[in-house]
Amino acid sequence: MSEFHVSERVGSVPPSGIRKFFELAEERDDVVSLGVGEPDFSAPWRAREAAIGALERGRTSYTANRGTRELREEVARYVQRFDLTYDADDEILVTAGASEAIDLAFRALCDPGDGVAVVQPSYVSYVPGVTFAGAEPIPVPTRAEDGFELTPEVLRASGAADAEMLVLCYPNNPTGATMDRAGLEAVAEFVRDHDLTVLSDEIYAELTYEGEHTSIAALPGMRERTVVLNGFSKAYAMTGLRLGYALGPADAVGAMNRVHQYTMLSAPTTAQHAALTALRECDDEVRSMCAQYDRRRRFVLARFREMGIDCPEATGAFYLFPESPDPDAGAFAEALLDAEGVAMVPGDAFGAGGAGHLRVSYATGMDDLRTAMNRLERFLDER
Amino acid sequence: MERSDLLDLLREDARTSTADLARMLDTDEATVQAELDALEADGAVRGYRAVLDPDRVEDERVEAVVELDVTLDRETGYEDIARRLVQFDEIRGLRLVSGDYDFAVDVEADSMRAVSRFVSDQVAPVPEVTKTVTHFVMQTYKEAGIAFEDGDDDDRLSVTP
Ligand SMILES: Cc1ncc(COP(=O)(O)O)c(C=O)c1O
Repeated sequence: MSEFHVSERVGSVPPSGIRKFFELAEERDDVVSLGVGEPDFSAPWRAREAAIGALERGRTSYTANRGTRELREEVARYVQRFDLTYDADDEILVTAGASEAIDLAFRALCDPGDGVAVVQPSYVSYVPGVTFAGAEPIPVPTRAEDGFELTPEVLRASGAADAEMLVLCYPNNPTGATMDRAGLEAVAEFVRDHDLTVLSDEIYAELTYEGEHTSIAALPGMRERTVVLNGFSKAYAMTGLRLGYALGPADAVGAMNRVHQYTMLSAPTTAQHAALTALRECDDEVRSMCAQYDRRRRFVLARFREMGIDCPEATGAFYLFPESPDPDAGAFAEALLDAEGVAMVPGDAFGAGGAGHLRVSYATGMDDLRTAMNRLERFLDER
Repeated sequence: MERSDLLDLLREDARTSTADLARMLDTDEATVQAELDALEADGAVRGYRAVLDPDRVEDERVEAVVELDVTLDRETGYEDIARRLVQFDEIRGLRLVSGDYDFAVDVEADSMRAVSRFVSDQVAPVPEVTKTVTHFVMQTYKEAGIAFEDGDDDDRLSVTP
């Protein structure tokens, strides 16, 4: 033991539930993992080449706090495809991954004690982020029978009306759920009625398999109360380059930049060069990756159906969130890993509403998916 | 099911079972089988081949790309010349191309000698052929969209959020 005392805020946040499962999976070397939350593709070659080129030209300094002007302008152009209009001057902030933007948003836009309604099951960073900022997370559990879409009913039932901010993520990690305009409009109405602000994590926007992605910020009366997060990790398979961005009204993004300029200075410069090229030249690669995810999605859904596993027809991201054949999803996942070397993450790692489910990532090649499904079938047969 | 989606899948991996094709295309096996039969009957799908890495198969064959110049006359067109050339088993590929020469011919035989002999004894004497340039293939790095690199380099952690 050292002389240090761990702060109460940090001490109160348990280690990620995913971590424990990671350690179990790491103990074996024959694991076929459906537990990976990042693309199995590499970043498009043109983007990688742009990064190499930037290094060759010696572009290794800091950039402007908010990110290079060129990149912000390109982001502004890019997000128009989602009917979003933001000013590159003061409404866009380039960050070290969407992860940094999540942290900045809570620290810059919440006061201690503020209620922050977090739609769950959800990506694991929101609740800790809220806690680190001293605010109070209010879980909003969505339901399997709604296809894990958010409804005014669950918002009401969970006490979200008393919150200051609502955090949502569609297409969703871990459920793969998406929300269409009508569904979002109902949420937007609740948000306006109760004068909430919204943090909308849309990092999986490109990975929408049916219809088009709708941003809640594009709905009437929502732009002024929404910060949208996006990034390059998922659509462009650039997780390791650590680049994301936040879009929002100038005062909100300005406040986030205040924290960012002191804690990060600027997002990784090499990655900013790669991202610029990604936005300008890599639409075809994104489309091709998206088409492959979609096929895998349908393959796994069909296999689940054949095995009698209940699974909502998730239409986004690269996750499915089936019901666990054993109500104790943790026990099931461990037994499956033990017997067949197939890793799926127990749903309770993603908060309220996740229990009894498994997160199945299809960001894995077809051969592995086939193997995993065959092993799962054998495991179920022998159970 | 869109024909183009099925073709995309076949181009990626022609060995995918009809059952898996049906799952990926959200349809049933019978529909996929009927479409495959139609594609073959129409000649839209001309065949299915393994993509081999010559460095890793036992009986190493020699490949060459041969440039062919031809002259045409009133009676003889490219089609006529092509019709004769495709008859040779040694010719694995035959394309009419733009630029400095007329046909790009992929030739394959057991040895460099055999390739040379084939070109000089069988191709060069064709009356319309005025010139041949033979390029022996020294190394293949990528074929049919598949890069010949070393195996699996998935360096992702096995479980991540
Ligand atoms: C919903 C969601 N938001 C944010 C992130 C983090 O993304 P980044 O790599 O941009 O920090 C992830 C990564 O898994 C995610 O799933």
